Order: sequence, then structure tokens, then C-alpha cells
Amino acid sequence: MPVKAKYKERGTVLAEDQIAQMSKQLETFKTHLEEFASKHKQEIRKNSQFRVQFQEMCATIGVDPLASGKGFWSEMLGVGDFYYELGVQIIEVCLALKHRNGGLITLDELHQRVLKGRGKFAQDVSQDDLVRAIKKLKAMGNGFGMIPVGGSYLVQSVPAELNMDHTVVLQLAEKKGYVTVSEIKESLKWETERAGHVLDHLLKEGLAWLDTQASGESQYWLPALFSELSSQDVTPEEANQMVP
Amino acid sequence: MDRFLWSSGLLEMNETLVIQQRGVRLYDGDEKAKLDVGVVLLSTHRLIWRDLKNHECCMAIPLSQIIFFEEQAAGIGKSAKIVIHLHPASPNKDPGPYQSSKFSYIKLSFKEHGQIEFYRRLSEEMTQKRWERTPVSQPIPTGTGSQVTVMSAWWSICVWSVWESLHLTPLPTSVPSSQAFEDLSKLMEKAKEMVELSRSIASKIKEKQGDITEDETIRFKSYLLSMGIANPVTRETHGSGTHYHMQLARQLGDMLLAPLEERGGMMALTEVYCLVNRARGMELLSPEDLVNACKVFESLKLPLRLRVFDSGVMVVQLQSHSEEEMIASALDNVSEKGSLTSEEFAKLLGLSVLLAKERLLLAEKMGHLCRDDSVEGLRFYPNLF
Repeated sequence: MPVKAKYKERGTVLAEDQIAQMSKQLETFKTHLEEFASKHKQEIRKNSQFRVQFQEMCATIGVDPLASGKGFWSEMLGVGDFYYELGVQIIEVCLALKHRNGGLITLDELHQRVLKGRGKFAQDVSQDDLVRAIKKLKAMGNGFGMIPVGGSYLVQSVPAELNMDHTVVLQLAEKKGYVTVSEIKESLKWETERAGHVLDHLLKEGLAWLDTQASGESQYWLPALFSELSSQDVTPEEANQMVP
Repeated sequence: MDRFLWSSGLLEMNETLVIQQRGVRLYDGDEKAKLDVGVVLLSTHRLIWRDLKNHECCMAIPLSQIIFFEEQAAGIGKSAKIVIHLHPASPNKDPGPYQSSKFSYIKLSFKEHGQIEFYRRLSEEMTQKRWERTPVSQPIPTGTGSQVTVMSAWWSICVWSVWESLHLTPLPTSVPSSQAFEDLSKLMEKAKEMVELSRSIASKIKEKQGDITEDETIRFKSYLLSMGIANPVTRETHGSGTHYHMQLARQLGDMLLAPLEERGGMMALTEVYCLVNRARGMELLSPEDLVNACKVFESLKLPLRLRVFDSGVMVVQLQSHSEEEMIASALDNVSEKGSLTSEEFAKLLGLSVLLAKERLLLAEKMGHLCRDDSVEGLRFYPNLF
């Protein structure tokens, strides 16, 4: 008796039979997705809350709707293009500001600038959308990452190595946009050498600027942080552009 | 929270109620306001909040004071919120619940949901800016005992009774949205079946329960791609990718030759991503699509290569630009100038600073250059040892 038939007798379904089954089920699923899309495609595009729900449900069942532009989700629901385009906009904003902030930017500032770039009549994007787009960008190397700071995040877009020490100093600097060696020693109980080491690294990577003219001690400023603090004074024109 | 003004909550003439929502708590910036849960009302002119039990406690903000707003998704034990960023209060503003605030934003926390519809209506009102076109009559003063005109009193009585009826009758739930969630759940159930099936197949392939042909494997991979299911099998056995990726690779092979030449033979993958997607306009590539396509350059004998530097930076480079050539020319450039930083080198070759740095690092790795790392920058010198 051929090997195949023996397996069938034992009642085990073969992989190739399951693949054929999957092919059929896929066609059925596609139909369901098409139906869903015809009813709710607009809602997903317009409603960021709905997008969050959608993404979370996909994650729960083990599906990544953004893995490929060729995926059903992307093709039929249009979620792909939304996030991939957002990815392009994020990269461009980060690139444009890199000379100033060394490749580190607050999620808030990134959000504002992306919204501005998209214009008044474009679809709204939420910070959740940005975070998901950034997660996808990680696949392309280049050091895209997110550092939790002060209740939100700093988005890193360069491969600068930032370990726990660097991160905690960034968090310390978040409130005022700058930090001093004394503050680090006092808050974190570090020795001068360790503080100096971390600050030197941030300087070398272009993430921090040194202000030796400050009264008292030298201040290490993080452009990523203080540009966001100062940008809260928006001009009326900018304010108009930000309203969805 | 210092932008709020005490209000009677009564709508003025020409002011229309747009939507209201119960179960809303106010936040001063990130901190809960010292108020109970209440009702938030959106009119064509203002955002009004009223305490549920104590109707006297009522406050409002003109919509013109809103700079922009955004959603904050719900979390575990946390309601969904709308964060509203506000212009600073004018110095001669009427009194309100807060004298001052260190925050320039407030939050509305939706403990009984309704945030989606509220957000939508708020967006509409902020876009239409109806308050600019229909100015209200002299605002009714807050309960300090001043006189009101007969007309406005009559009007406020009408509005009040309307408000009451709305308040007592729950607003219909926004049917499309809840239907959408229901449909979504059903769809996900079906998607889950597909995931389970694919896992079963993957484990069988692993244990070789069957006779899978190369063709069937490729088909299976494309099914996984369509569904967005991660492929557990081919992570171990480097497959030939799907037909889709091979097709993409060929397209990229054509499309990138000229741009690569212009940029010294090398481009960061993020640069390629932007270039390609901007050119496509729609049916964009995902980052993973791009990476997977680049991985098959070599097997398709295309003149491009994907390359990952130690730093994790990924680039596409022309095969014609061999490693030795690049390092040798880097050494030449540095020797000629005595020393170079990444920025100087980038300018010289018309490369991005990122890639210029990678080349110098590579030359250093091969022992041709050595560095001088100071706070003024990283500078490379020919290695004379």
C-alpha cells in the first residue's frame, strides 16, 4: 500500500491536504473580509479608536495586518497604505530634524509635525497610529526605537546606542529640557565619573548640547526635549493648521 | 483647567446643542480635576461641563480657545480620553473653577464611553467653526443676580426644557460604530480559524507528516503572507521567499540602479523605502516587504545587495561597488585631507552622514583608519601602524 494511504488510515490529516483546505478557507475568508470592508472601510480610515480596536484584536489572534502590502488586510481595508505612508512621513520628519536634535524627538513633537505636514484636509492620525507605524519601521534597521520618558515617549531614529544609564538620564532631563552633573549625582546617586561618561556619550552622538555659560554649573541641554517645550507657544497660523 | 468659566449652562440665542455625553470626568492636564463625574455638552460655540448631582456647578470653554485635540486610547482600568490643548486664558477672563493651572491642556475621561461620537462631532464643529458665523447675543451672566432681558429669559427657558428632555432620555448609541465592533469580532473569529489551521500545517511540515513539494511550500508561504501570519517554518529553512517578493526584487533591481549610482552606490533602507513608496503613491510596500525583497537579490542574481552594518544600519548597495574599492577610496580621501569627520566625508562624496560614517567605520574595522573620539566629534586618521 502507498505510504499516503497508510497515513490516511490512521486518521491523521496530511499537511498537503490541509494546505488544500487552507486554500479553500482562504477564499471564504476573503469574501468575509470584502463584506466587512464594504461596510466599515471608511470607519477604519476615519476613526482612530476603531483602528486601535482592530489592531489589538489582530494581535490577540496572532495576525499582523501590517506585515505586507500584499496582505488581505492591507489590500481590502486599506490599513496598509495608511500606516506605510505614515512611516514615510515619520522618516522624513526625523531626517529633517536630525541635525538639530541628533535623532531623538518627543512623540508629541513628531505627532504635531506629522499632522502639520499632512495638511488640513488629510485624515487625522493619533499617537497610537504613530507608535504602530514606528514599530513597523524597526524592520528596516536604522535604529528606530521608543524610549519611555515622562509619561510619553522619545522616538529615536538613529542607531546611537542608548542603554539604561542613558535612558534614565534622558528621563531626568525631561522636566526642564536639561540636566547637570550635580542633579544626576543627587537624584540617581551616581559618581561623577559615571555621570560624565553618560553625558559625554550623549554629546558625541549629537543628542545633547553643552551650555558652559549657564550661571553655576554647566548644563547639558537635550534639543529633543526643549524644542517641544518651546513649541507650545504656537502661532495662530500654526494653530489653525493643527485643528483637524 | 484655568481656561474654564463659570456658566449657567444655558445655551444662548444662535447657540445650538450638538451632542452631550454623561459619565465624563475632567482632568487638569494629567491630574484629575477636583470634581465629580458629570455631563459634557458640545454646542456650536462652547464646550460645557456640568456636575451630575449639583447642577449649579457648571462651566464652559469657548471652542475658539481650542488649539487642537487628540484621542487617548483606553487602557487597563483606564477610560478612553480626549485630550484638548488650549490657548492661554486672557488676563481679564471671567472667574472659573481654577485660578491657575500649570497645564495648557485638559482631558475628558469617558467613563461611560461615547468618546468616538463626541470626538467626531467635536472635529466637525472645530472644522466648521460655526461660532464665527453666528455670534451669540450678550452672554447671560452667571448666577450673580444680574438682570436678563425678557427675550433671552424666554429663550433660555425653551432651551432648558430641551436640555432636560435630552438629559432624561438617553441618546441613542451610535449604531454604525457598535455594529462595526460586532462585525469586527465576527471577522476575527474567522481569522483565528485560519491562524490555527496554519499552525497545524506548520507543525506537520516540521514533523514531516506528509509529502510537501517545493511548490506547496511556496503556496503555503503566500497564504501566510496574505493573512499576515508569521511564518514559523521558513525562519529556520531559508526559503526562496514568495513569488511576490521575487517580483518586487526584480522591480527594485530596475528602479534603484540610477538612484544608487547618484548616491555613491549605497542607500540606507529607510531612504529606499521613502523613495519607492513616494513613487508608487498607492499599494505601498510595507517595511517587511522591502526587507524580504532585498534578501532575495543575491539568489536572483541581481546587481544589488542588502547589507547590514555592525551598528544595525541596513543598506542597499550596488554589487559593482566592492568592499575593497570602497575602503581603499575612503583611505585615499582621508589621507589626502589628513583627517576627516563623517560630516566632511559625507560632503565630499555626496553621501548621507549616516552612510559616510558606516564606510569610515568599516575602513577602521579593516585596520586602515584609526579614530580620535572627542566631544568635538569623531575624526578619522590613516592608520600608520
